[in-house]
Amino acid sequence: MTTLDITSQDMTTIDLTEQGLRYLNETLQQQSAGTNQQDWTIINPRGSHAIAVGLDAPIRVTVNGSTGYYCGGMNKQATITVNGSVGPGVAENMTSGMVVVEGDASQYAGATGHGGTLVIRGNAASRCGISMKGIDIIVAGNIGHMSAFMAQKGNLVVLGDAGEALGDSLYEARLYVRGSVKSLGADCIEKDMKEEHIKQLAELLERADMDADPASFRRYGSARQLYHFDVDNVSAY
Amino acid sequence: MCGIVGLFLKDEALKPELGEMLSAMLITMTDRGPDSAGIAIYGDESKGMWKLTIQSGQPDVDFPALEQHLHDHANLNSKAFSITARDTHAVIQVMETDKDIILSIIKSQFPTIRIMSQGQSIEIYKEVGLPKDVVQRFGLTDASGSHGIGHTRMATESAITTLGAHPFSTGQDQCLVHNGSLSNHNMMRRHLRAEGIDIQTENDSEVAAAYLTARMSEGQTLGEALTSGLNDLDGFFTFVVGTKTGFGVLRDPIACKPAVMAETDAYVAFGSEYRALVNLPAIEAAKVWEPEPAEVYFWSH
Repeated sequence: MTTLDITSQDMTTIDLTEQGLRYLNETLQQQSAGTNQQDWTIINPRGSHAIAVGLDAPIRVTVNGSTGYYCGGMNKQATITVNGSVGPGVAENMTSGMVVVEGDASQYAGATGHGGTLVIRGNAASRCGISMKGIDIIVAGNIGHMSAFMAQKGNLVVLGDAGEALGDSLYEARLYVRGSVKSLGADCIEKDMKEEHIKQLAELLERADMDADPASFRRYGSARQLYHFDVDNVSAY
Repeated sequence: MCGIVGLFLKDEALKPELGEMLSAMLITMTDRGPDSAGIAIYGDESKGMWKLTIQSGQPDVDFPALEQHLHDHANLNSKAFSITARDTHAVIQVMETDKDIILSIIKSQFPTIRIMSQGQSIEIYKEVGLPKDVVQRFGLTDASGSHGIGHTRMATESAITTLGAHPFSTGQDQCLVHNGSLSNHNMMRRHLRAEGIDIQTENDSEVAAAYLTARMSEGQTLGEALTSGLNDLDGFFTFVVGTKTGFGVLRDPIACKPAVMAETDAYVAFGSEYRALVNLPAIEAAKVWEPEPAEVYFWSH
């Protein structure tokens, strides 16, 4: 008896080593909302840079292997899953959609992201969420130093520990950390976990498919002392 | 920007393949550093023997002339020396007791020959040009050894010249490659020269190499010297440092210069990016991680 496998019919595989980065990104960028080809698989990424960048369609892209710089950068709508680790700047400046990293992420993961969700199932290195502007980042492991530096909006959730100078010069992003924080950056303070924060954190953890008790986290935010010029600080400029 | 690669073999059976593996890693890092490239190989050593790697812009003239001079005129303890030329470089193997005589002959009578390295096992090859061309000119894929480090350079702090390329060797069997830039290298160079350390160029990375040499000559271990460097060297750096027995890795506390490491039962490998490591055997099963800022790593035979 012959069975019809609908999944494989919809799946398109691109071998990055054979077909090249330009072909890969052009092909994925040409997909529109109504495309029949919803599922894409990229094989042999071999640490290449700028894989699946600038996508703007609700497609699902799976990368089998580790990537270099800027994987999933400037993403809109697409769901990108990396079965491996990623180099610096994963999902940089993402607007919407979702990027999931099954391994570790190098420095400045999710930098400047305006929206969407970045899930890292391993650890993230330094400067995770630097200057984030609305993106939600959920990290199952630890994050490195200077994370959420000048973060303006969005949520950074860390199930493990945070490195030095967390949230330095923070604006209105919310930081939830379950483990230890090595040190807080300038103008970053611990704040109360209220009902609304527990609720929001539960939603973020569910979205990331992570099992953790929201009540076990601490929340950090801006003390709002660096927002405006203060004449008492004039000598510091 | 620059590219760094390093490979430390735990499995002795891989020693004949060191040059081939390291060369492939180096070429992968071409777009991080297309100006110049270099490799330090820690090869076989023989008891009582010394290796000098020399370089000349006119190798066809200088190397035969030096060989002739050593045969005919030098007052060596043993004439059992060899000079093996590879393009602009050559490795002189001599009795250790003759090394100072040969160094002084080169310094006084062969001004166009430069000493790139000396020690029991180190050999350094570096030149201006694309990494693949440098690898080919020196036949580096044939090299064997226990460990080695390589560098592809995109120059920032000093001119694109052979002597400005990495690795830098400022002490016996020691070398250093650097990605980054140091901001206090001029003052540090003056201090080190005052301590009697020989520094040949105006390059910032050579100062880092000389700094470690100075600390180790005072009795510090490489690990202690690297830790001292965190206090004394100002700027951005990822260093990979080679010694006779192994290699060390250190990133500055800001750690914006990239670094990835991989370890299996057969090797420990370093790359500026994961791309440099993808061709290594069983890399899929390797432990792969990013070295922590301001933490000294060292592997030794």
